[in-house]
Amino acid sequence: MKGSRSRSVLPGFGLTMGITVLYLGIIVLIPLGCIFLKTSDLSWGEFWTTVTAPRVMASYRISLLTSLAAALVNLLFGLIVAWVLVRYRFPGRKLLDSLVDLPFALPTAVAGVALTAIYAPNGWIGQWLEPLGLKVAFTPLGITIALIFIGLPFIVRTVQPVLEDLDKEIEEAAVMLGAGRWRTVLRVVLPELTPALLTGFALAFARGIGEYGSVVFISGNMPMKTEIAPLLIMTKLESFELEQATAIAVVLLVMSFAMLLVINYIQWRASRRALAE
Amino acid sequence: MAGGIATSRSVRKPAPADIGRPTSEPAAVRWLLIGIAVLFLTLIVLLPLITVFVEGLKRGWEVYLSALIDPDAVSALKLTLLVAAIAVPLNTVFGIAASWLIAKFSFRGKSLLLSLIDLPFSVSPVIAGFMFLLLFGAQGYLGPWLDERGLQVVFAPPGIVLATMFVTFPFVARELIPLMQAQGIQEEEAAATLGAKGFRIFWSVTLPNIKWGLLYGLVLCNARAMGEFGAVSVVSGHIRGETNTLPLHVEILYNEYQFSASFAAASLLMLLALLTLGAKSLVEWKTAQRNQDLEG
Repeated sequence: MKGSRSRSVLPGFGLTMGITVLYLGIIVLIPLGCIFLKTSDLSWGEFWTTVTAPRVMASYRISLLTSLAAALVNLLFGLIVAWVLVRYRFPGRKLLDSLVDLPFALPTAVAGVALTAIYAPNGWIGQWLEPLGLKVAFTPLGITIALIFIGLPFIVRTVQPVLEDLDKEIEEAAVMLGAGRWRTVLRVVLPELTPALLTGFALAFARGIGEYGSVVFISGNMPMKTEIAPLLIMTKLESFELEQATAIAVVLLVMSFAMLLVINYIQWRASRRALAE
Repeated sequence: MAGGIATSRSVRKPAPADIGRPTSEPAAVRWLLIGIAVLFLTLIVLLPLITVFVEGLKRGWEVYLSALIDPDAVSALKLTLLVAAIAVPLNTVFGIAASWLIAKFSFRGKSLLLSLIDLPFSVSPVIAGFMFLLLFGAQGYLGPWLDERGLQVVFAPPGIVLATMFVTFPFVARELIPLMQAQGIQEEEAAATLGAKGFRIFWSVTLPNIKWGLLYGLVLCNARAMGEFGAVSVVSGHIRGETNTLPLHVEILYNEYQFSASFAAASLLMLLALLTLGAKSLVEWKTAQRNQDLEG
């Protein structure tokens, strides 16, 4: 991989490199740089007061906790869905498989209004939960459900190909060595899936932290209670507090990039392990 | 190796004898897991899908149709189509260039470049819109310069296009890179040795190999471009009939308690999503067919 460019008979290195770098610079790097540049308008003290204000801290806490909860739920159910899709044959399997991609293809705002219609106190499911004293819409639970919807494909689609490529022979070997089915799955299959599960989890978690469209409708947007960090940035923009919005955004970006590093590290370790074998 | 493939196939075959096999679960466990998966996907994914159409049609076809031919809805649809018509081709050119670069050459900094291409995935849409506001807004870095020349980027279609391009930036590239990497460079090298020039190699050697993956990348990029909400919301300014896209139109109607009209507009976007999923199934089917042809 590394090392200077090897000689190739194929044309187009200069052209494609030019297009890629130019486009990347204009659309991604320069605009992203602006956010960080804008923070220099703030002194360190001002920056710190902004991002540690109670309302801002509360929004980070809500974003992180609901994303974490949603990613954990998806970790379990996403694994079950991937397992069922790969290992079993049953009527409607193809349809189920297509459904997994819907959150990826559906505009987030549509998901947001639909989920609110379902879980609002007078909604399809909400009206049955209300008498039980369980409120979903306009609570952190509602935010979590929206994030489960958004994060589902990330787990299923990272685990599925690994599970498909998994050699059944190692399971057979485990059985011949006397392991029961449950033990085989737990000790032989699950460790093989761990890097994919972790990657999917991290992807879903990172996506959840930044998610906006599907959450704003169902969250109710109450400061300190159900106000997520991206929404707080939006609020600050609407009241023309650009510097404050920038500070909140930079912290959110740093969190996302940290997640990205973690994902890269997991994949790097997994590929190194695969090479060693 | 061929033997290994054969055994794994025979194991997967759903024969009645499969029940009680040591490498599968008891039937009760299997049906329990299938039940859990079906119930989970129904609650989380299928129910919202159904809700959109049922709520949209709640007051009958007349209300549904009048919501769709409302002038604001039509202009929102037009703007949405325009934005996708600009953003998707540009992202496609980039996607093809980037995947050619990454799949066909080895050079220093390749993994860094790959990470940078993925970067927009991990940026919150709200921040994506905000960046362009900082760059082109009235108080932004280029704002005064643009203002002197009477150009407006944010709160106008160009800003919406830019924000959409950022959010949908990686889709085509992400779809093509693994595909082109898996196909290697032998065929292209052979073409080059036989004297074919750059564009010809791409057109008659690479493109036939990647066309289905490219199609899916395009369709997915298009669905995301037409459906982008957060980033567009920041730079649009929400001017009715001028800078409202279809997803923003859904939001405005919803916030005005015009639920039926809102869900009618949402159902258009849902249809787009379903078409996207259909295209994906088609691409997977075509790819499987191609692989069979190659094997057989």
